[in-house]
Parts: sequence; C-alpha cells; structure tokens
Amino acid sequence: MVDLARRLPIRQQRLPASPVILLLAAACIFLVVGCLQSSIFAQQTVAGLATGVVYGSLALALVLIYRATEVINFAQGEMAMACVYIAYQLIQWGFSYWAAFFVTLPIAFLLGMAIEATLIRPVQHRSVIAVVIVTVGLFILIDGLVAWKWGADIKFMPSPFGNRIYHVGSVAIARQDIGTIIITLFTVVLLWALFRFTKLGLGMRAAALRPAAASLAGVRVDWMLAVGWGLAALLGAVAGLMAEPSQFVLQPTLMQPILLYGFAAAVLGGLESPAGAVIGGVAIGIFLNLVGQYVHFVTSELRQPFAFAVLLAVLLVKPTGLFGRRRIRKV
Amino acid sequence: MRPRLAALGTTAAVALVLAVLPFGLSGYHQALAAQVATFFISILGLNILTGYTGQISIGHGAFMAIGGYTTAVLSRDHHTDLVVTMAAAFFLCFLCGLVVGLPALRLSGVYLALATFALAVSVPQIPLKFSNYLGGSGGVQSAKTVSHLWLYAVSWSAAAVMFAVAWLVLRGRTGRAFRAIRDSEVAATSSGVALPVYKTLAFGISAAFAGVAGSLFVIGTNGFAQPSEFGVLLSLQILIGAAVAGLGSLWGVIVGAAFVGLLPTISSDVPVIGSSHGQDVVFGVIVIAVMLVLPTGFAGLLHRLARSRARA
Amino acid sequence: MTALLELDDVHARYGPVRALHGVSLTVDEGEIVAVLGANGAGKTTTLRAISNTVHREGEIRFGGTPLRGGPDSIARLGVAHVPEGRGTFSELTVYENLRLGAYTRRGNLKDDFARVLTYFPWLEDRRHQQAGTLSGGEQQMLALARAFMQRPRLLLLDEPSLGLAPLLVTEVFRIVKELNENEGVTVLVVEQNAHIALQLAQSAFVLEVGRVALAGPSADLQQHESVRRSYLGY
Repeated sequence: MVDLARRLPIRQQRLPASPVILLLAAACIFLVVGCLQSSIFAQQTVAGLATGVVYGSLALALVLIYRATEVINFAQGEMAMACVYIAYQLIQWGFSYWAAFFVTLPIAFLLGMAIEATLIRPVQHRSVIAVVIVTVGLFILIDGLVAWKWGADIKFMPSPFGNRIYHVGSVAIARQDIGTIIITLFTVVLLWALFRFTKLGLGMRAAALRPAAASLAGVRVDWMLAVGWGLAALLGAVAGLMAEPSQFVLQPTLMQPILLYGFAAAVLGGLESPAGAVIGGVAIGIFLNLVGQYVHFVTSELRQPFAFAVLLAVLLVKPTGLFGRRRIRKV
Repeated sequence: MRPRLAALGTTAAVALVLAVLPFGLSGYHQALAAQVATFFISILGLNILTGYTGQISIGHGAFMAIGGYTTAVLSRDHHTDLVVTMAAAFFLCFLCGLVVGLPALRLSGVYLALATFALAVSVPQIPLKFSNYLGGSGGVQSAKTVSHLWLYAVSWSAAAVMFAVAWLVLRGRTGRAFRAIRDSEVAATSSGVALPVYKTLAFGISAAFAGVAGSLFVIGTNGFAQPSEFGVLLSLQILIGAAVAGLGSLWGVIVGAAFVGLLPTISSDVPVIGSSHGQDVVFGVIVIAVMLVLPTGFAGLLHRLARSRARA
Repeated sequence: MTALLELDDVHARYGPVRALHGVSLTVDEGEIVAVLGANGAGKTTTLRAISNTVHREGEIRFGGTPLRGGPDSIARLGVAHVPEGRGTFSELTVYENLRLGAYTRRGNLKDDFARVLTYFPWLEDRRHQQAGTLSGGEQQMLALARAFMQRPRLLLLDEPSLGLAPLLVTEVFRIVKELNENEGVTVLVVEQNAHIALQLAQSAFVLEVGRVALAGPSADLQQHESVRRSYLGY
C-alpha cells in the first residue's frame, strides 16, 4: 500500500499576515506606555475600551450576518435599539434590571430568526439590491414602530452598574466601563466557544462557507442562517444594553452613531473576520478617544467624519481589512 | 417599430399631463409635485451609476448637498440667477463625482456601498465645521424666494432636460459600454472597453444629476440649505426610489420618484396613522412589501408583462 | 439481492435546459455500480437528481420508499454524496471536515474516528491542518473519509479519479472496494475513466445524451463492441 504520509510533506497552516500582528503589538505597547505616563491617557484608553467593545460587538453582529448571508444588515442597530426598549418596557412592568436583561436576550434571538426567515430568505437569492433595500426598509420601519409605541422623547433607564468611580493611582475608572467591558467580552467569548467547539457552531460555519456542500452533509442550511441572524440580534441587544448607560438617556437614535462606528470597525477588521471586528471596534473606540483628547482639530462634530476618514483610508489601502483574506477571482 | 411608437406615445402623454397638471393643483401640491421632480432627477442619476454600470452608491445625498449648497451660497453671495446656479451645481458635482469615482475604481459591491455610505454621513457634517462660511447647523439662506408655479415649471423642465440627457447618453456608445460593464467587467475589458474611463464617467454623470436635484431641492425649501436636510435618510430615499423604479431601465423612474416623494405625505393624511412616526412605519412596511413582491422593481414588472404579452 | 436504489424514468433539468430524458437504473444492496458516458451525458446530473440538488421528475426509491426532501434529509436517510470537486471545506481543518461528515450521526464518535483511521492512517497527523492545503489526492481521500464518517448505506461518488495521478487513482479505488467489501457500503460511482470503473464495479450503466444506452454486468460491457470503441479505446 502506498504510504502517503511518508511521500508527501506536511504543509504548515498559514499564519495571518505578520505585518498586521506587528502593527497590533506596536499599538499595544504604545498604549501601555502611554497609560503609564499620563493618567488622562489611561482614562481615555479605558473609556475608549468600553465604548470600543460595544462597537466591536455590533461589528461582530454585522460580520456574522455578512459571513452567513453575504448581506449587510443596515437594520442591525435599530434591531438592537428595539431590544433595549423592550428591556425598558419590562423594567416599567416591574422587572429588575438584570431580570429584564436576561429575558430580553432570548426575545432578541427569536426576533433575529423571525426576520431572517420571513423577510430576508425570500429575497436573498433574487437580487442584491433588493436585500439591501429590505434591511433599509426594516431600519425605517423599526424606527417608526419604536417611536410610535414609546414616543421619541427621552426616557431613563436604571444603570446596571451604578455610578461608582474607582481610583487606581491618579486614574479614574468608572464601574460602568468595567462592567461593560466584562459583559460584552464575556458574550463575545461565549459566542466564539459556540462556533468553535459545538456541533451547531460547526454546522453554522459550514453553512456559511459552502451551503451546497453543507447541505449534502446533512446540515439544515436554512435553519443555520436563521440561527446566525438570531445570534447576531442577541449580540446587538447586548451592545445596545451596554451602550445605553453611556448615553445617559434612551431615545430612538440610540444606536445610530454606534451602527456607523460598527461599520467602520467591521471594515477595519475585515468583513469576514470575527476577530477583526472586535479588534477593529476596540481600536476605533480607543483611537477616537485619544485623538479627540490630543488632536484639537478633531472636535466632537468631527468624530464621525474622522471615523469615516479612517474607514475610507482602509478601503483604499487594504479593502479586505486587517484580517481579511484577499479573494482571488477566477476569470 | 411598435414598441418604439408606444414608448414615444407614453412619453408624450406623460409630458402633456405634467404640463397641464399644475393648473389644477393648489400651491402646496405644486411644491409637492416639484419635489417629485427632484427625486426623479436624482434617481435617474443613481440609476445610471448603479443600474447601468453596477456600482452601488448609498451616498448620493452628499452630491445633492453639494449642489444645494452651491445654489444657496452663489445666490447669497453673488445673487446669481437660480437657473444659472443649477448649471453651476451640475458642473461642480460632475467634477466631484469624477473625484469620488477615481478611488471608487478600487472598490466594488458592499465595500463601495459602505464607502459611499461614509460619504453620505460625513459630507453633511462639513458645514458644521466650517460654520463661518457655510452657516453651521443654521444653514445658508439664498437671496431669492420663488412662487410654487415657477418652482413646478423649472423642476419639471429640468427633469425633462435631464431625462433627455440620460436617454442620449445611454443609447449611444457610452450606454453600451456601461451595460457591458454591468454585465461583466471582465468581458467588457476584453472587448476593449476602458473600464476606468467609463466607470469614473458614470460617477461624474450621476453626481451631476444629483447636484441639479440638490439645487432644486434647496430652491424648493425656500432657498434654505441645511445639513439636517441632507442626512443619510436622503441617500437612502434615493436608493429606495431607484430600487422601486427598477434598475437598468429609464421607464420606472417616475414611479420610483412618485413613491418616495408622495408616499410619506399621503400616508400621513390617512387618519389612523397621523404622526410622522406612523408615516415611517407605513413607509417601511410598503418598501419591504414592494421588494418582496417585486425585487426587480417596477421596470422589472413592465419587462415581465412585455414578455408575457410577446408570448401570447 | 434486494434493490437499494431504484430510478424510474427520471427527468432532470437546469432551468429550461433538460439534462435527463427518462433515466431508469437499479443498484442492488452491497453492489458497486458504475455510471459511464461522455461529457455532458448526464452522469453528474443523475447523482444530483438522487440527492435532489437539481430539479427532477420521476420516481426515485431508496430501500423501497420514495426518496423525498431536501439534500439534508436525504443525507440523513443514509445517502452520502461526494460531489464533483469533492466538496471539501477548505477553510476548516481536517478534523472539522471529518466531524462534519458525521453531522447526521448522534452519540460518541470515537469509534467512527478510529475506524476511519484504519483506512486513512495518515489523517491522524494532519488533524489540525487546513483542508484546503492538502493535495488533490489527499483531498479526495478526505472526501471519502468524510463520507464514511456518515456511515451511509449508499455512497454516491462523482468522478473520483478527476485530476489525480494514476497511482493515486488506483489507491482511491482500492479503498472504495475495501469500504464496499468490509463495511457493506453500496456504491454508485460516476466515472469518465471507464477502464478502471469497469474493473471496480459489478455492473454499469452507460449514459448517452441523458438516456441509458447500455446496461449490464461489467464483464459483458467490457467485451461490448461500442463500449470498447468509444470508452475503452480499442
């Protein structure tokens, strides 16, 4: 019998682009040094980390959906916002904050699945533009529904972590920021574990990579896509619930700026890379805070255009983002 | 010959209706009809870019902003005749479109959509930063105000002119090149179509159209150019209008323009809906419903009808 | 011998283009059956009709009952389809590919992995290697291993020799024969390489332009005048 193991050399798995790893390492070193040097730097970094994980988790939701269905879900932010309002309603009805939180999550999951099954599935294969428009229509619809039901005036939600501020040396760190970082990262890691180690996760990855082959292996591709949307909606809900305290008030425009930063983060990380989305989000969160602090030209009105200048720069220099892989098109 | 005659006939009929219409409408409705014309022009432009060369843009509101501000500023500072400012907007936005179109060559599909989306978000912020010259959030007020009838007449005349321009561009060599690019970039290049030239040209032309639309838009809102008028929603409305119209054909554009221009106002007249939030709900539901039923838009429907007619 | 798979006047089309014009064939349990024919004869389409990945009409029975449902339910019924191009998940590891092969199975898979390794021992070292970095021959083996993880009753193989060096083709077919003899897997193999297919299979069907032109035991077909001339080259 031909002994293949001896005849053919073992090929190594490709490492991700090393210049990117070097860049990230350099950035981390820069941040650590800066934090040690200046307490304001450290404060902005931690605060930026908190806003960054929120951007990152929304970006992750966008990437999940893009990988599975090749669709950019423009309504991701509004879906998240609607879930925050649902939590608000539960609190109004007497639930405690954390009870409302944990009840809202499965509701978000079901909402995501329902939307995929009823609105996205019928149009997905027929026309790219049609799907984009459906998500845009959904954006407008959800916006209207929420404002109709609850009103567009500002509301107040209890803060999940309270207002305590810790002092590490001369650095002031809000308990809220710590809580946000922990909860969001925990959710992201949980999701990662689901994808990496479970049969369901494998099925979802297979369905996203090669739906036809996955179907032949017995994977119910339709279900997998719906579950993907459900998980993305759940992630969005967590992002929204964690974002709300930092904005102090609840109103329908809650998630709109975050959606924009989420897009920028997703593109920065590479639209097909989940790790990239989270890292991209954190990078944008921290970077924006630091630039806002130290570069005086960038005043608060310019935060969004600045983030988008970054997005545009990435798109022009390396469209596949930090961790994306160049897709070679066969002619 | 028959389809050509039918098309000519329909166009003539529509033109006639549009010419007579304003005399039966109140001032408010004349202004509303003028707004439909504005959407008509910008959707026409987007159709040329997305429907004919396949480049997705969610940023045409930015070009409308540039056109609108051109009109407002020229009118405020130099008291330029409004129609002349429209021409200025056309050329300025054509150049801006070329400038955007060049780097856009490197992007495609969703990446291009996101980049143009970024444009739509960022450009309206510029007047906020340079508020001395560009009026900040308060906006720029042009020097003249116009009557509703004048507005209607100029809007629809401009629409007719732009339609003719689009038709001429698309029937010739340029149009064929555009369609070739949309169907297969690789095949087009192999056939000798200079991709960068035509793709950038398409961007320029569509931006110019949006510029004129923006100009009219500002004239229509009492000569006021404000950042809040040119937000992301505007770009999305143009895109929705183009999708409802059906990409790749000029015939659905009027339906798309009417859809986006009239639906919000009509739905607020229905008693149950009332507030503007109800409007959004209705608009969202109908947009989704239309896309589920007619993914290829109104033009796609016409095409299907024509095909089933031909078979019968 | 009971018939495991029966196709009865099956038509299939890709949109408006008709590819099969009434194909009827039978595969008995425990057999290896080959489907031969030139390019475009409809061989791949036949397999696709069985796993319902193409628009089809006509009756297909598996173990006596009609074969219905999407490709995933057909897989659950015990049909493993290794498509043209192998269907390897290049971005996933070898281990994950095998795990996916066993997607329809429940319970502990340790025994299954152990059994797979007796046929493909070299897979052990490559567990964590990205499947896309394997050579063509290795990927074909992996595809077989994946299909075997499913413990199917029926294995559909689409052109397993495509793009492989002759030595590897022999190896692949040897393993298929072992799987058939030791594990009792019924095999329906589509092949352009008629020579080696007829050596492997007990019987064969020759397709021409979407119809069965010839059928019978391999020994007979190997002697048949037109088969020799068109497909065996002498």
